[in-house]
Amino acid sequence: MRIMINNIEHLVDNSELVEIIKQYGAKAPFAVAINGEFVAKSNYATTQVQPDDLVDIVSPIFGG
Amino acid sequence: MKNSNKLIIYGQEFSSRLLIGSALYPSLDVMKAAIVKSESEIVTVSLRRQNPENNGGNIFWQELQSLGLTLLPNTAGCHSMKEVVNLAKMSRELFQTDWIKLELIGDEYNLQPDPMNLVAAADILLKDGFKVLPYCTDDLVICRRLADCGCEVIMPWGSPIGTGQGLANPQALSAIRHRLPDTTLIIDAGLGLPSHAVHAFELGYDAILLNSAIAQATDPITMASAFSYACKAGRAGYLAGRMPERQVAQPSTPIMGMPFWHQD
Repeated sequence: MRIMINNIEHLVDNSELVEIIKQYGAKAPFAVAINGEFVAKSNYATTQVQPDDLVDIVSPIFGG
Repeated sequence: MKNSNKLIIYGQEFSSRLLIGSALYPSLDVMKAAIVKSESEIVTVSLRRQNPENNGGNIFWQELQSLGLTLLPNTAGCHSMKEVVNLAKMSRELFQTDWIKLELIGDEYNLQPDPMNLVAAADILLKDGFKVLPYCTDDLVICRRLADCGCEVIMPWGSPIGTGQGLANPQALSAIRHRLPDTTLIIDAGLGLPSHAVHAFELGYDAILLNSAIAQATDPITMASAFSYACKAGRAGYLAGRMPERQVAQPSTPIMGMPFWHQD
Protein backbone atom coordinates (compact mmCIF):
# COMPACT_ATOMS: atom_id res chain seq x y z
CA MET A 1 0.00 0.00 0.00
CA ARG A 2 1.28 3.43 -0.94
CA ILE A 3 1.06 6.17 1.66
CA MET A 4 2.82 9.44 2.26
CA ILE A 5 4.77 9.91 5.49
CA ASN A 6 6.02 13.42 6.08
CA ASN A 7 5.46 14.17 2.41
CA ILE A 8 7.61 11.27 1.22
CA GLU A 9 6.12 8.22 -0.52
CA HIS A 10 6.34 4.96 1.40
CA LEU A 11 5.19 1.46 0.53
CA VAL A 12 3.91 -0.37 3.59
CA ASP A 13 2.58 -3.90 4.06
CA ASN A 14 0.76 -3.27 7.31
CA SER A 15 -2.16 -0.87 7.63
CA GLU A 16 -1.93 -0.54 11.43
CA LEU A 17 -0.70 2.91 12.38
CA VAL A 18 1.35 1.58 15.25
CA GLU A 19 3.30 -0.67 12.85
CA ILE A 20 3.76 2.09 10.30
CA ILE A 21 5.24 4.37 12.98
CA LYS A 22 7.59 1.57 13.98
CA GLN A 23 8.62 0.90 10.39
CA TYR A 24 9.28 4.61 9.82
CA GLY A 25 11.63 4.58 12.80
CA ALA A 26 10.00 7.50 14.57
CA LYS A 27 11.95 8.70 17.60
CA ALA A 28 10.11 9.80 20.76
CA PRO A 29 8.79 12.30 21.47
CA PHE A 30 6.48 12.65 18.50
CA ALA A 31 2.85 13.30 17.64
CA VAL A 32 0.85 12.04 14.67
CA ALA A 33 -1.82 13.27 12.28
CA ILE A 34 -3.50 11.47 9.39
CA ASN A 35 -4.86 13.59 6.55
CA GLY A 36 -4.43 16.65 8.76
CA GLU A 37 -6.39 15.20 11.70
CA PHE A 38 -4.63 14.63 15.02
CA VAL A 39 -4.45 11.01 16.16
CA ALA A 40 -4.04 10.60 19.92
CA LYS A 41 -1.31 8.28 21.11
CA SER A 42 -3.95 6.15 22.82
CA ASN A 43 -5.49 5.44 19.40
CA TYR A 44 -2.37 4.32 17.54
CA ALA A 45 -3.07 0.65 18.17
CA THR A 46 -6.61 0.80 16.81
CA THR A 47 -6.07 3.17 13.87
CA GLN A 48 -5.88 1.75 10.35
CA VAL A 49 -4.16 3.70 7.59
CA GLN A 50 -5.78 3.72 4.14
CA PRO A 51 -4.04 3.80 0.73
CA ASP A 52 -2.83 7.29 -0.20
CA ASP A 53 -3.31 8.58 3.33
CA LEU A 54 -1.08 11.47 4.35
CA VAL A 55 0.65 10.70 7.63
CA ASP A 56 2.47 13.43 9.55
CA ILE A 57 4.88 12.54 12.35
CA VAL A 58 6.18 15.64 14.11
CA SER A 59 8.78 16.38 16.77
CA PRO A 60 9.75 19.39 18.90
CA ILE A 61 11.68 22.10 17.14
CA PHE A 62 12.76 25.60 18.02
CA GLY A 63 10.10 28.25 17.52
CA GLY A 64 9.40 31.92 18.05
CA MET B 1 -3.86 42.94 37.41
CA LYS B 2 -1.96 45.67 35.62
CA ASN B 3 -0.34 46.86 38.86
CA SER B 4 0.60 43.38 40.07
CA ASN B 5 4.25 42.64 40.72
CA LYS B 6 3.82 39.35 38.89
CA LEU B 7 2.96 38.54 35.33
CA ILE B 8 -0.22 36.47 35.40
CA ILE B 9 -0.97 34.01 32.61
CA TYR B 10 -4.19 32.05 33.09
CA GLY B 11 -3.78 32.24 36.86
CA GLN B 12 -0.12 31.24 36.87
CA GLU B 13 2.35 33.80 38.23
CA PHE B 14 5.75 34.64 36.76
CA SER B 15 8.48 37.00 37.91
CA SER B 16 9.92 37.66 34.46
CA ARG B 17 7.97 39.72 31.96
CA LEU B 18 10.01 38.56 29.02
CA LEU B 19 8.86 35.55 27.00
CA ILE B 20 11.56 34.31 24.68
CA GLY B 21 11.71 32.30 21.48
CA SER B 22 14.05 29.39 20.91
CA ALA B 23 14.68 29.87 17.16
CA LEU B 24 17.37 31.45 14.99
CA TYR B 25 20.28 31.31 17.43
CA PRO B 26 23.72 30.66 15.96
CA SER B 27 24.05 27.50 18.09
CA LEU B 28 22.31 25.51 20.78
CA ASP B 29 24.88 26.67 23.32
CA VAL B 30 24.20 30.31 22.50
CA MET B 31 20.46 29.64 22.65
CA LYS B 32 20.73 28.18 26.13
CA ALA B 33 23.04 30.90 27.42
CA ALA B 34 20.85 33.67 25.98
CA ILE B 35 17.68 32.20 27.46
CA VAL B 36 19.34 31.93 30.88
CA LYS B 37 20.69 35.48 30.64
CA SER B 38 17.28 36.83 29.65
CA GLU B 39 15.86 35.50 32.94
CA SER B 40 12.81 34.38 30.95
CA GLU B 41 10.64 31.73 32.52
CA ILE B 42 8.60 30.98 29.41
CA VAL B 43 10.07 29.79 26.11
CA THR B 44 8.26 29.22 22.82
CA VAL B 45 8.62 25.99 20.85
CA SER B 46 7.06 24.43 17.78
CA LEU B 47 6.49 21.13 15.97
CA ARG B 48 7.76 20.09 12.57
CA ARG B 49 8.00 16.89 10.57
CA GLN B 50 10.46 14.47 12.07
CA ASN B 51 13.44 13.08 10.23
CA PRO B 52 14.51 9.93 12.08
CA GLU B 53 17.93 10.17 10.42
CA ASN B 54 18.79 13.22 12.54
CA ASN B 55 17.51 11.52 15.69
CA GLY B 56 14.16 13.30 15.46
CA GLY B 57 15.49 16.63 16.73
CA ASN B 58 16.16 15.09 20.10
CA ILE B 59 19.26 17.13 20.88
CA PHE B 60 17.33 20.41 20.75
CA TRP B 61 14.58 18.93 22.86
CA GLN B 62 16.94 17.58 25.51
CA GLU B 63 18.81 20.88 25.74
CA LEU B 64 15.59 22.84 26.07
CA GLN B 65 14.21 20.51 28.70
CA SER B 66 17.39 20.88 30.72
CA LEU B 67 16.50 24.55 31.30
CA GLY B 68 13.35 23.54 33.19
CA LEU B 69 11.24 26.41 31.85
CA THR B 70 7.54 26.69 31.08
CA LEU B 71 6.94 25.80 27.43
CA LEU B 72 4.65 27.76 25.15
CA PRO B 73 4.05 25.79 21.93
CA ASN B 74 3.07 27.82 18.89
CA THR B 75 1.06 27.15 15.76
CA ALA B 76 3.48 29.06 13.54
CA GLY B 77 3.03 28.48 9.84
CA CYS B 78 -0.64 27.54 10.06
CA HIS B 79 -2.90 29.13 7.45
CA SER B 80 -6.25 27.49 8.24
CA MET B 81 -8.40 26.75 11.26
CA LYS B 82 -8.02 23.03 10.64
CA GLU B 83 -4.22 23.29 10.71
CA VAL B 84 -4.29 25.39 13.86
CA VAL B 85 -6.65 23.11 15.76
CA ASN B 86 -4.82 19.92 14.86
CA LEU B 87 -1.33 21.30 15.49
CA ALA B 88 -2.55 22.59 18.84
CA LYS B 89 -3.80 19.12 19.74
CA MET B 90 -0.50 17.55 18.69
CA SER B 91 1.34 20.11 20.81
CA ARG B 92 -0.85 19.46 23.83
CA GLU B 93 -0.14 15.77 23.71
CA LEU B 94 3.58 16.05 23.04
CA PHE B 95 4.47 18.98 25.29
CA GLN B 96 1.97 18.03 28.00
CA THR B 97 0.59 21.56 28.25
CA ASP B 98 -2.76 23.14 27.48
CA TRP B 99 -1.09 26.44 26.65
CA ILE B 100 -1.02 27.36 22.98
CA LYS B 101 0.36 30.43 21.25
CA LEU B 102 -2.25 30.76 18.54
CA GLU B 103 -0.75 31.90 15.24
CA LEU B 104 -3.00 31.86 12.20
CA ILE B 105 -1.37 33.61 9.30
CA GLY B 106 -3.58 35.47 6.85
CA ASP B 107 -0.99 36.94 4.52
CA GLU B 108 2.43 35.68 3.53
CA TYR B 109 3.86 39.11 2.73
CA ASN B 110 3.79 40.54 6.23
CA LEU B 111 2.80 37.37 8.13
CA GLN B 112 -0.25 39.22 9.37
CA PRO B 113 -2.65 37.16 11.48
CA ASP B 114 -5.97 36.33 9.88
CA PRO B 115 -8.34 38.53 11.88
CA MET B 116 -11.56 36.82 10.82
CA ASN B 117 -10.59 33.23 11.52
CA LEU B 118 -8.42 34.01 14.53
CA VAL B 119 -11.35 34.66 16.84
CA ALA B 120 -13.20 31.57 15.63
CA ALA B 121 -10.09 29.41 16.11
CA ALA B 122 -9.53 30.82 19.60
CA ASP B 123 -13.13 30.02 20.48
CA ILE B 124 -12.78 26.40 19.29
CA LEU B 125 -9.55 25.90 21.21
CA LEU B 126 -10.86 27.51 24.41
CA LYS B 127 -13.90 25.26 24.31
CA ASP B 128 -11.59 22.28 23.91
CA GLY B 129 -9.81 23.23 27.14
CA PHE B 130 -6.81 25.10 25.76
CA LYS B 131 -5.40 28.21 27.39
CA VAL B 132 -5.07 30.34 24.30
CA LEU B 133 -2.51 33.11 23.82
CA PRO B 134 -3.47 34.58 20.44
CA TYR B 135 -1.01 36.52 18.31
CA CYS B 136 -3.00 39.28 16.63
CA THR B 137 -2.76 42.68 15.02
CA ASP B 138 -3.18 45.93 16.94
CA ASP B 139 -6.87 46.13 15.98
CA LEU B 140 -8.87 47.04 19.08
CA VAL B 141 -12.06 45.29 17.99
CA ILE B 142 -10.28 42.02 17.21
CA CYS B 143 -8.66 42.17 20.64
CA ARG B 144 -12.04 42.82 22.26
CA ARG B 145 -13.57 39.86 20.44
CA LEU B 146 -10.71 37.64 21.61
CA ALA B 147 -11.26 38.80 25.18
CA ASP B 148 -15.02 38.31 24.84
CA CYS B 149 -14.60 34.68 23.80
CA GLY B 150 -12.45 33.98 26.86
CA CYS B 151 -8.82 34.74 26.06
CA GLU B 152 -7.22 35.90 29.30
CA VAL B 153 -4.04 36.81 27.41
CA ILE B 154 -3.88 38.71 24.13
CA MET B 155 -0.71 39.35 22.15
CA PRO B 156 -0.91 42.16 19.58
CA TRP B 157 2.07 42.68 17.33
CA GLY B 158 4.42 45.62 17.73
CA SER B 159 5.19 45.37 14.02
CA PRO B 160 5.45 42.41 11.63
CA ILE B 161 7.40 39.32 12.71
CA GLY B 162 11.14 39.58 12.34
CA THR B 163 11.23 43.23 11.29
CA GLY B 164 12.70 44.67 14.48
CA GLN B 165 10.94 47.97 13.84
CA GLY B 166 9.46 48.42 17.30
CA LEU B 167 5.96 49.67 18.00
CA ALA B 168 4.55 50.78 14.65
CA ASN B 169 1.25 52.00 16.04
CA PRO B 170 1.55 53.06 19.69
CA GLN B 171 -1.81 54.87 19.64
CA ALA B 172 -3.63 51.68 18.69
CA LEU B 173 -1.72 49.70 21.30
CA SER B 174 -2.61 52.31 23.95
CA ALA B 175 -6.27 52.06 23.04
CA ILE B 176 -6.16 48.29 23.52
CA ARG B 177 -4.56 48.73 26.95
CA HIS B 178 -7.16 51.33 27.88
CA ARG B 179 -10.14 49.23 26.77
CA LEU B 180 -8.91 45.91 28.17
CA PRO B 181 -7.59 46.86 31.62
CA ASP B 182 -8.03 43.36 33.08
CA THR B 183 -6.55 41.34 30.23
CA THR B 184 -2.90 40.31 30.28
CA LEU B 185 -1.47 42.08 27.24
CA ILE B 186 1.79 40.98 25.68
CA ILE B 187 3.52 42.66 22.75
CA ASP B 188 4.47 39.83 20.44
CA ALA B 189 6.72 40.36 17.43
CA GLY B 190 8.43 43.28 15.79
CA LEU B 191 10.69 44.42 18.61
CA GLY B 192 14.32 44.99 17.75
CA LEU B 193 15.85 47.08 20.50
CA PRO B 194 15.69 47.16 24.30
CA SER B 195 14.20 50.66 23.97
CA HIS B 196 11.26 49.11 22.07
CA ALA B 197 10.64 46.87 25.08
CA VAL B 198 10.72 49.87 27.42
CA HIS B 199 8.20 51.60 25.16
CA ALA B 200 5.85 48.61 25.36
CA PHE B 201 5.92 48.65 29.14
CA GLU B 202 5.50 52.41 29.26
CA LEU B 203 2.23 51.92 27.38
CA GLY B 204 1.12 49.63 30.19
CA TYR B 205 1.73 46.28 28.51
CA ASP B 206 2.27 43.41 30.90
CA ALA B 207 5.02 41.57 29.03
CA ILE B 208 6.82 41.18 25.73
CA LEU B 209 7.50 38.12 23.60
CA LEU B 210 10.44 38.21 21.23
CA ASN B 211 12.93 36.01 19.45
CA SER B 212 14.80 37.60 16.55
CA ALA B 213 15.83 40.70 18.51
CA ILE B 214 17.96 38.52 20.77
CA ALA B 215 18.80 35.55 18.54
CA GLN B 216 19.91 37.69 15.61
CA ALA B 217 21.80 40.30 17.58
CA THR B 218 25.54 40.41 17.03
CA ASP B 219 25.95 39.17 20.59
CA PRO B 220 22.72 37.36 21.54
CA ILE B 221 23.77 36.66 25.12
CA THR B 222 24.52 40.30 25.93
CA MET B 223 21.36 41.39 24.10
CA ALA B 224 19.35 38.94 26.22
CA SER B 225 20.69 40.66 29.31
CA ALA B 226 19.89 44.08 27.82
CA PHE B 227 16.28 43.08 27.21
CA SER B 228 16.00 41.75 30.74
CA TYR B 229 17.06 45.13 32.10
CA ALA B 230 14.75 46.92 29.66
CA CYS B 231 11.73 44.96 30.84
CA LYS B 232 12.46 45.83 34.45
CA ALA B 233 13.11 49.51 33.63
CA GLY B 234 10.01 49.87 31.50
CA ARG B 235 7.75 48.18 34.01
CA ALA B 236 9.15 50.22 36.91
CA GLY B 237 8.74 53.41 34.91
CA TYR B 238 5.13 52.58 34.14
CA LEU B 239 4.30 51.81 37.75
CA ALA B 240 6.08 54.96 38.93
CA GLY B 241 3.81 57.10 36.75
CA ARG B 242 5.17 59.59 34.28
CA MET B 243 5.24 63.37 34.83
CA PRO B 244 2.55 65.44 33.16
CA GLU B 245 3.42 66.19 29.53
CA ARG B 246 3.44 69.90 28.66
CA GLN B 247 3.43 71.84 25.42
CA VAL B 248 5.63 74.67 26.71
CA ALA B 249 8.81 74.87 28.73
CA GLN B 250 8.63 75.17 32.47
CA PRO B 251 11.85 75.97 34.38
CA SER B 252 12.93 73.55 37.02
CA THR B 253 15.22 76.04 38.81
CA PRO B 254 13.24 78.64 40.80
CA ILE B 255 12.77 82.08 39.25
CA MET B 256 12.33 83.67 42.68
CA GLY B 257 15.56 85.19 43.96
CA MET B 258 17.24 85.31 40.59
CA PRO B 259 20.11 87.91 40.75
CA PHE B 260 20.66 90.65 38.13
CA TRP B 261 16.93 91.08 37.67
CA HIS B 262 15.43 94.49 38.42
CA GLN B 263 11.95 95.84 37.98
CA ASP B 264 12.00 98.87 35.63
